[in-house]
Amino acid sequence: MTYSYYPGCTLKNKARELDDYARRAAAKLGVTMEELPEWQCCGGVYPIAKDEIATKLSSVRALMAARDAGQDLLTLCSACHHVLKRVNHDLQTDEAVQTKVNNYLAPEQPYTGETKVIHYLEMLRDVVGFENLKKQVVNPLKGMKIAPYYGCLLLRPSAVLAMDDPENPAIMEDFIKAIGATPVAYPYRNECCGGYVAMEAPEYACKRCNAINASAASFGAEAIITACPLCMYNLRQNAADPLPVYYFTQLLARALGVEEDEA
Amino acid sequence: MQRIGVFVCWCGSNIAATVDVKQVAETLKSEPGVVFAADYQYMCSEAGQNLIKDAIRDHKLTGVVICSCSPRMHEATFRKTAAAAGLNPYMVEIANIREQCSWIHKDKAVATEKAIILGRAAIAKVHLNAPLTPGESPVTKRALVIGGGIAGIQTALDIAEAGFPVDIVEKQPTIGGKMAQLDKTFPTLDCAACILTPKMVDAAQHENIHIYAYSEVEEVKGFVGNFSVTIRKKARMVDPVKCTGCGLCTEKCPMKKVPNEFNLGMNNRSAIYIPFAQAVPKVATIDPAYCIKMKTGKCGLCSTVCEAGAIDYTQQDELVEEQYGAIVVATGYNPIKLDQFDEFAYAQSPDVITSLEFERLTNAAGPTAGTLLRPSDGKHPHTIVFVQCVGSRCDGGKGKSYCSKICCMYTAKHAMLTREKYPDTDVYVFYIDVRTPGKNFDEFYRRAVEEYGVHYIKGMVGKVAPQADGTLLVQGSDLIENRQLRLNADLVVLAAAIEPDASARPLATKLTASMDTNDFFTEAHPKLRPVESPTAGIFLSGACQGPKDIPETVSQASAAAAKVIGLLVKDKLKGNPCVAHSNEMMCNGCSSCEKVCPYGAITYVDKEFRMPDRTTAIRRVASVNPAVCQGCGACTVACPSGAMDLNGFSNSQIMAEVDAICK
Repeated sequence: MTYSYYPGCTLKNKARELDDYARRAAAKLGVTMEELPEWQCCGGVYPIAKDEIATKLSSVRALMAARDAGQDLLTLCSACHHVLKRVNHDLQTDEAVQTKVNNYLAPEQPYTGETKVIHYLEMLRDVVGFENLKKQVVNPLKGMKIAPYYGCLLLRPSAVLAMDDPENPAIMEDFIKAIGATPVAYPYRNECCGGYVAMEAPEYACKRCNAINASAASFGAEAIITACPLCMYNLRQNAADPLPVYYFTQLLARALGVEEDEA
Repeated sequence: MQRIGVFVCWCGSNIAATVDVKQVAETLKSEPGVVFAADYQYMCSEAGQNLIKDAIRDHKLTGVVICSCSPRMHEATFRKTAAAAGLNPYMVEIANIREQCSWIHKDKAVATEKAIILGRAAIAKVHLNAPLTPGESPVTKRALVIGGGIAGIQTALDIAEAGFPVDIVEKQPTIGGKMAQLDKTFPTLDCAACILTPKMVDAAQHENIHIYAYSEVEEVKGFVGNFSVTIRKKARMVDPVKCTGCGLCTEKCPMKKVPNEFNLGMNNRSAIYIPFAQAVPKVATIDPAYCIKMKTGKCGLCSTVCEAGAIDYTQQDELVEEQYGAIVVATGYNPIKLDQFDEFAYAQSPDVITSLEFERLTNAAGPTAGTLLRPSDGKHPHTIVFVQCVGSRCDGGKGKSYCSKICCMYTAKHAMLTREKYPDTDVYVFYIDVRTPGKNFDEFYRRAVEEYGVHYIKGMVGKVAPQADGTLLVQGSDLIENRQLRLNADLVVLAAAIEPDASARPLATKLTASMDTNDFFTEAHPKLRPVESPTAGIFLSGACQGPKDIPETVSQASAAAAKVIGLLVKDKLKGNPCVAHSNEMMCNGCSSCEKVCPYGAITYVDKEFRMPDRTTAIRRVASVNPAVCQGCGACTVACPSGAMDLNGFSNSQIMAEVDAICK
């Protein structure tokens, strides 16, 4: 299986591990990730203004490049995934956006949202399959109690992101089970960590992170996993007495024995 | 050529102020065929009607045009007038010069001209009118009630008391419905079982009532007065005649791990079971999905212990066909599934329950014998949060856009009873609005607040977060104080929206009865015919028509019964002669009409026709059942060959009207 892959800026510096482990795990699973030859920042935040076009264009370029390559577009960072998926949805459903974007970019073939955007977790669930993944695990993380942290961007708005039930998701839990660990159920897994105000109003970010971290800990979690570089930074930085926070790809790589291969 | 009389009504000043009625009468008098024209202040009054009668006799009129109000208002009046003077009532046409003319125009000249045109159109139509005679059909003096909850029971009892036989078809093993699961009933707090179970017994013992429990309606044929219904009696594996309801089999049955639906899965029952102690009929039923004998062939313990020899593992479903004159739908409601509302953690914590589950937890016959205990640890809850409107008044596809109507009152009841029984418990109710119209309803709610100290908070709950210590952190907003609230609760009770029972939609198809987008049955008129379906002979009782509490359900159930009795006392039904008919020579058998008919009045028959060359041919042609046809005209429009036509509104009559208007 070959995907066009959109890493996003953060994965090229602060969140290099997220990207690195993902690529190595994918190789082990027989999935080829072809990084788009040219890509730009997704914008980081999906513009809510209905008539905002310019900040959507870089996403459209990435989406269009995948279409031209005839591949689905694989994403990893929650924020990039969120922005790309929503912009793509706009192009599929909003004629005004479609017209403006195509007038502006003037591509040879107009883009109307043909590309399928798929998150790495969805790829594991729907393409590789968690059952199949389980069979390829060489280092099951037995006895490790892990709290999945979805954050706010991965699941909502659920009609557009269409990944899982936004209030009672299972995809990360099933992933944790597949790599041999035990998922910890706690109520704040789908709440915002306050990452967007971490600089401006750190006290709020602290409050949110504490609630999430403490809730996960109170249910016996030993670690938290996330797909989002911002959540990772924020949970590590702003929670009191923080649990270890990992990218899910790191634990995937560990379970698949990728880390040892390199050593 | 018809001899037509034109009668122009002033309607006091309603018409006369905007339309020059004298000029209308004068002008229409010179239309072809018109031999008499007059105007009068109130044509519908006795004097006005006498004017018409006299003119019919004196001028030997064969057709009458009344220029007046809408035919919905007085067509029946004027038809009767004509009939009294010896004229066929279907020779009367109404030109609506009030609602469609005088009321909507200001300029008298324009309105007068339009009134003349409308009169001309009616005259053109009368020229083509033919006398019509309504057909008659006999009435089977027996009623079917589908659904054996409080609605169905009440309807059946009232019909039976009037002397007509009634059958109740109930899909569950017992009648009783939702009300049997309730603890107490608002606003008087009498125990539901104490007022329901005597009615269940009355129904079972009434000489005019037959109960088909554990049965479903398989097929419905026929029409008002003459329905033929096939009922599937599902196999109970128990002979209901022999079974004494002693319950020994349910005690001895080794399979005891079956979720008990009567207690909403909060405890277990055996594979052979009687739903509850007061079940009617009190007969055991084997659940084939769990019965060890049915699944593996081994066991048979119930058969061994049954002294009556009632167990029969070979029993099969049985189909019976019955004839009815009227059918009452009383299929009731269910709380919605809360899968889409996981912000309340219903699926994630056993201590988040629905109001119906709360009802069972406080019911003496429930899983906790009436002691309010948390499902998770069996401890007494000290803080309870009730959340109203879960899925009600909810747009965006997740829930229902309508108000479920009963939740405000039962939540007030739950809150009040909790405070009464357990004064050490803090009770909070989150609400959007408290809606308590109804006799003694608002007083009831205020008692909950003022006497019982229930904390009502205007605002919704955003999240219920189960905590590691077993409590539930309820996050909500208090809109009056304008602040966010966090409450640590031991139990959260969700007032789930209610929706029609899932069996309603397929049943509506069988009955050709219409439904709204929420699958509630549609009434013939929302205000004036609330218990009748638009399909003749089908009546509506209870929550199948819309959310209803018990007092309202019982009222509507009796109203439906009254309508049924009114139908069954007739020996013959006079039909509406303005029904469709098919010109068989023109019909090409395409089925277009059959597909659009909302009443199922059209069937296709193979008929032998003599062809021009003296051979015969079998052709498939449409046939309209005049007793079922409601004269809507959909088929005449759909028919591509023009074979389908409507008596009293034929294509040629309509075209003549159009021509007269466009002249």
